[in-house]
Amino acid sequence: MCLAIPAKVVELLPDRAVVDVVGVRRSIETGLLLDDPPRVGDWVLVHVGFAMSKISEAEALDQIRILTLLGEGDSARVEAEGYGAIPEVESP
Amino acid sequence: MKFVDEFRDAAVIGKAVEEIRRLADPARHYRFMEVCGGHTHAIYRFGLKDLLPANIELVHGPGCPVCVLPMGRIDDGLAMATQEDVVFAAFGDMMRVPGTHGSPLEHKARGADVRIVYSPADALRLAENNPGRHVMFFAIGFETTAPSTALTLIRAKAKGIRNFSVFCNHVTIIPGIRAILDSPDMRIDAFLGPGHVSTVIGCRPYEWIARTERKPIVVSGFEPLDMLQSVLMLLRQLRNGEAKVENQYKRVVPWEGNRAALKAIAEVFELRNYFEWRGMGFISQSALRVRDSYAEWDAERRFSVPGIRVTDPKAAQCGEVLKGVLKPVQCKLFGNECTPERPVGALMVSSEGSCAAYYNYEHRKTLTNIAAPA
Repeated sequence: MCLAIPAKVVELLPDRAVVDVVGVRRSIETGLLLDDPPRVGDWVLVHVGFAMSKISEAEALDQIRILTLLGEGDSARVEAEGYGAIPEVESP
Repeated sequence: MKFVDEFRDAAVIGKAVEEIRRLADPARHYRFMEVCGGHTHAIYRFGLKDLLPANIELVHGPGCPVCVLPMGRIDDGLAMATQEDVVFAAFGDMMRVPGTHGSPLEHKARGADVRIVYSPADALRLAENNPGRHVMFFAIGFETTAPSTALTLIRAKAKGIRNFSVFCNHVTIIPGIRAILDSPDMRIDAFLGPGHVSTVIGCRPYEWIARTERKPIVVSGFEPLDMLQSVLMLLRQLRNGEAKVENQYKRVVPWEGNRAALKAIAEVFELRNYFEWRGMGFISQSALRVRDSYAEWDAERRFSVPGIRVTDPKAAQCGEVLKGVLKPVQCKLFGNECTPERPVGALMVSSEGSCAAYYNYEHRKTLTNIAAPA
């Protein structure tokens, strides 16, 4: 939950964007960047499926490196893969 | 081996360490608190303590949302989860956190519908896709996650999705810091300010710490070099007799924060009069609750919440560790009755809690050294 995962914007959707995040494509929320909306090719920091801030490419690459060094690379991948994955609900 | 050895900028790190040694007054003992659990984790992971002179002590603060959540709130959330047709949705971090009668995962094993989500937006979609069920999202976190919960509720209201609610356990970082500063046994000289919380709130909310409390604070990044530079900035301020807010993490943290995120928080949430922090007791105006205008999506209003209060175990000294009075290892329960596998106190619960971080990196290292002397 406390991870900040860098992602690259590949497509803009209403209130959302398709991003490349640690090697997977996911759709994330962009509603918290209303004041400075991201464009295709921009890097953003993602928390719990929401883009929280725009960052430079160099910073994004540094952040990816730090996640790996912190031993959080796998957690970041699991979390990123989880975005938009709606768990199945069995009928009661 | 120090993890820092893996760094490409080893030479730069060496320089920073040299400068820290030059600036630190050998006649003085420094106690710097890192507020954020992410920093605590990074400090242990990178072995930063071994790089700093012995008279600079890093004290681990309250910035781990899982750790400061009182057990009674987990019990309350799980009580709602056992109601018919309710789906209990929460982040993975919450799943192993013990309640009085077991963790969310253990409740799932007993038949409760407990789901991991990675985003509050996905909890809302879960509700949208399952109109016959009620999805309750167990919201937790500081200002880093509160805007995402807020925007999710704004969307729920706009779309008229009524089978969704939030059990709000969001806390705010400033009152936590204030509680530490107000504590009579407080002995902190300066603060490393949280990085990601500050992307939302910016640097202004810390100004009172410098102005009124006369304590330096530097908002810091998470790389070893970031944290060493921040320590350096704190030492410079102390040497010059200054107390100000500085931003070491400018490349990510804007001074003014994220206005859209703050607006979303203000639209949906208001301050609670008081809220209990595990290990620290009740702190006034330290948490958020859902505003009346979103009452329909507030789990505490929709369900009968038992309002369970569980006293922290007497023998656990979480509060003293949180305030920096005791080191994790000085607590009577540390490592014997209280371990990451079977946590008794709050700080052993999450990997970002100071006791768990200490246990995982320092304590295990010691045990390994004893088992196999090099």
